[in-house]
Amino acid sequence: MAKNKMTATKKISLRFPRHLVSRPVVYHLIKDFNLELNILKANITSEEGHMVLELKGERADFDKGIEYLTQSGLIIDTLCREVTRNEERCTDCGACVTVCPSSSFTVDPVTREVRFEEDKCVVCGMCILSCPSRSMELHF
Amino acid sequence: MAKTIEEINQKIRSGRAVVFTAEEIIGVVKEHGLKKTAALVDVVTTGTFGPMCSSGAYFNIGHTKPRIKLGGGKVSLNDVPAYAGFAAVDVMLGANALPEDDPRNRFHPGEFNYGGGHVIEELVAGKDIKLTATAYGTDCYPRKKLETWINLRDMNEAVLFNMRNAYQNYNVAVNLSDKTIYTYMGTLKANMGNATYCSAGQLSPLLNDPMYKTIGIGTKIFLGGGEGFIAWHGTQFNPSVPRTESGVPKRGAGTLAVIGDLKHMSSRYLMGTSMLGYGVTVSVGIGVPIPILDEDILRHTTVTDDDIFAAVVDYSDAYPNVKPEVVGEISYGELKTGRVKINGREVPTASLSSYPRAREIAIILKDRITNGKFELTSPVATLPGIESGVKFKLLNERPINGEK
Repeated sequence: MAKNKMTATKKISLRFPRHLVSRPVVYHLIKDFNLELNILKANITSEEGHMVLELKGERADFDKGIEYLTQSGLIIDTLCREVTRNEERCTDCGACVTVCPSSSFTVDPVTREVRFEEDKCVVCGMCILSCPSRSMELHF
Repeated sequence: MAKTIEEINQKIRSGRAVVFTAEEIIGVVKEHGLKKTAALVDVVTTGTFGPMCSSGAYFNIGHTKPRIKLGGGKVSLNDVPAYAGFAAVDVMLGANALPEDDPRNRFHPGEFNYGGGHVIEELVAGKDIKLTATAYGTDCYPRKKLETWINLRDMNEAVLFNMRNAYQNYNVAVNLSDKTIYTYMGTLKANMGNATYCSAGQLSPLLNDPMYKTIGIGTKIFLGGGEGFIAWHGTQFNPSVPRTESGVPKRGAGTLAVIGDLKHMSSRYLMGTSMLGYGVTVSVGIGVPIPILDEDILRHTTVTDDDIFAAVVDYSDAYPNVKPEVVGEISYGELKTGRVKINGREVPTASLSSYPRAREIAIILKDRITNGKFELTSPVATLPGIESGVKFKLLNERPINGEK
């Protein structure tokens, strides 16, 4: 019981084969499985679709939602890429702060150090080339 | 009570010097007042760390057997071209230099991952660098080709020489166009989507001595982790810009040309830097001590971020086309809140220079002075002040096929 009450947050990458492009997947995830859902990236054509979602919900609902997706024939990859910061190279300048679309970087008002909150990162990669000391790295 | 630099140096030697950073002194003066603090405090230390493009280094790599005359030939360090217009084995490398085969902005915005600034960083970090050179050969210098690894420690001299650093105030950059632009002030989002600034503000050397009363030619400084000197006024020195009542310039004004032994520097304070779509440069750490000789000098060091104003400039049109208009004026105090109002619009802000590292430099310099390891120098000549009439000029272009 306690276990089922736990919430899960996970970013997933979803690939739609051609015959499933028209299926209202997002609608079902929200309505049938009570999941909080954030579309981080979506690229859907008549040929194929790719969507990156952040799903949040109770563990049981989360698992049922994932089951629904796989049974529908969608291809799920848990996002395996992540952006990390090389602390040796970061100078705390702050050039990344306004470039990041998901506000993963914040400046401490007292120390002026730049915090990087990885759980807010949507792996868009905008910070990587905008960082003057090249301290942001994309890992697979 | 006026002090002299010699009196301060005597206190430094005996370990009794009272030193605060330009950040700490604000509170000290607030608590004790100018008069009491001026009598008590000997030195205020400043610091700045940010991209400083007009930086470079020159090297004497030592003579080869048989001898080669690099002057007039071609030299590169890790495939980054260096300048070979001097005598036999003296070469100079600029922070902005790029390998010949770098795509630059062919695919805009170019990445600019490696260049002169990075070679300087790697040399300082003790890494081996690949030197390749060709020469035309003479009777006394017969050799025509050279390919070797070199290391900073094996060179005769390795000297950092920067012709324009430590800008006294700088523009705040915005983009009023409807597409993203890539500048030396960082990535600027369309329609004033962000604003970038680049100054240590209340910690910045020349903002704490706005009228150049103590900082001059010959002033010993913290440079790139080691020691250096102010060699000259920096290029584009422009003292006659608008100033606040207390003399703080509201535009880029004074600059410093600095020199120091690269062998004693650290890659923490001399770091290769890439600006997307713009180029490579080097981030330099500089700290300048300000001797508190009288109350007036002390008063200038109590400047706060709220007292320093910078011009907001449109980098999509006004800057590239040299139009004088500014979008507005804004204080560093406001910029540092992360959000500012410009023309009624709320704009998120980002810094390109590192305030934590500027603070770190001011603290290191303070510790060196307190521990008797760093004495002050009297400048041998002053920087050109407002009265000098020195002005920043644009190029007067004259077509070469016309009359002179």
